[in-house]
Amino acid sequence: MNPSRSDGLYRPGTSPVHRLPAHVKVVAVLGFVIAVVSTPGRAELAFLAYAAALVVVTAVAGIGPRFVARGLLIELPFVLFAALLPFLAGGEQVTVLGLSLSREGLADAGTLLAKATLGVWTSMLLAGTTRPQELVAGLQRLRLPRLLVETLSFMVRYLDVVADDLRRMRIARDSRAFSARGPRHWGVLASTAGALFVRSYERGERVHLAMLSRCYTGRLVLHNDRPATRREWLTATLLPAIGAAVAVAAWVAT
Amino acid sequence: MTAPALEVREVAYAYPDGRQVLYGVSLTVQQGERVALLGPNGAGKTTLVLHLNGILMPGHGAVSVGGLPVEQDNLLEIRRRVGVVFQDPDDQLFMPTVAEDVAFGPTNLGLSREAVAERVSEALAAVGLAAEADRPPHHLSFGQRRRVAVATVLAMRPEILVLDEPTSNLDPASRRELAEILERLSLPTLMVTHDLPYAWQLCPRSVLLDDGVVVADRPTAELLADEELLRSHRLELPYGFDPRVQPATP
Repeated sequence: MNPSRSDGLYRPGTSPVHRLPAHVKVVAVLGFVIAVVSTPGRAELAFLAYAAALVVVTAVAGIGPRFVARGLLIELPFVLFAALLPFLAGGEQVTVLGLSLSREGLADAGTLLAKATLGVWTSMLLAGTTRPQELVAGLQRLRLPRLLVETLSFMVRYLDVVADDLRRMRIARDSRAFSARGPRHWGVLASTAGALFVRSYERGERVHLAMLSRCYTGRLVLHNDRPATRREWLTATLLPAIGAAVAVAAWVAT
Repeated sequence: MTAPALEVREVAYAYPDGRQVLYGVSLTVQQGERVALLGPNGAGKTTLVLHLNGILMPGHGAVSVGGLPVEQDNLLEIRRRVGVVFQDPDDQLFMPTVAEDVAFGPTNLGLSREAVAERVSEALAAVGLAAEADRPPHHLSFGQRRRVAVATVLAMRPEILVLDEPTSNLDPASRRELAEILERLSLPTLMVTHDLPYAWQLCPRSVLLDDGVVVADRPTAELLADEELLRSHRLELPYGFDPRVQPATP
């Protein structure tokens, strides 16, 4: 019974951001990220403006910088790629710390990093202020295909159960003096994964039987959401509106 | 004379791979009766339960619930009438919150939002868990999840309750709470169980199933006193339990 795992990245709170319905937040986040991504490269002021907007929302949501920083770890592959650009790109060269780097490469790397960081930051804001179940219900309200909604809903519900199964199997296995120390033991790990898969598949069949027994006719309806008020829509769309304005201004300036 | 709550007539069933599991099982649960279904592991008890709400269809024989035959055309009504509570609550609590799980059945029956909400509060009150309505199922204890699973079925206002091993993994207090709920509900009940004292406490009649046939169908006290019968079907009384002695009333 570990609540934190299945609540995902959600950080409980009562801020205005927490209280907004999930579907409104998804639309706001999507709009803002599209604005960020459509910004022309090297528009440093635009990226600063975006960051400022996010700082405000983060503060209102009551989420700490450490939480956001943890999420930025996902970016690592992009950071590494961005770091290679100045070395790989051609064109005008510039000398930095004794290394000859491409000016264009540096600029592109900077743009890539800025956009990736802003995107991940926005996602972390959404994840930190929205419960996974509410998020799925919000996606249903936004007309995400039924099959996807059902799959996500079951994933949120059963991730814990499957993780528990794995934990118990691992404990039982380790209690018989097993420890994975190298390729020799990969067979055991594979068997564990296989057994977990079979167990989860069979559980899926039993859940289906239980659903049929309660007259399931093919449509799963999630109620974990409510329609948004006009005021909530206005508050939420403030962020993508600012984003759009900054993006347009950046394009006009180039 | 009113139709029995449940009537199973000569049901025989073989799995698609050819393995015969039931060889002509007949049993009846009258209105107002609680019946225990006893038997060793592998006797076919769970297979029989799956016939009661049309999940499996018998190769021979028939099942009827309150006079309505279990057929393809009647399945929706049959599944409303027969409330099956399976052994693992995690298989039956698949919605994000307790309230949504309890609402799942009535919603599928086509009730309005208000009617569904009424059924949900009614069912949760019946099992004493109205306060947990908005919590995710994995935040509840095992005993609480068992009771919510019962509530998910009660919300459909069933005419007969079928319970598969209701006391497995329950601590003594949860076991007692469940017994109190079942007695309060006074619905016709078929209880598949290995818990012989529980069967003796709650079910005046017991049916013993082994190797796919009904071996005995008698008052529980009589059946549990027949040591020879019990032993030949891998049933044993728990240490210290004597069905011939009435429990001291508190």
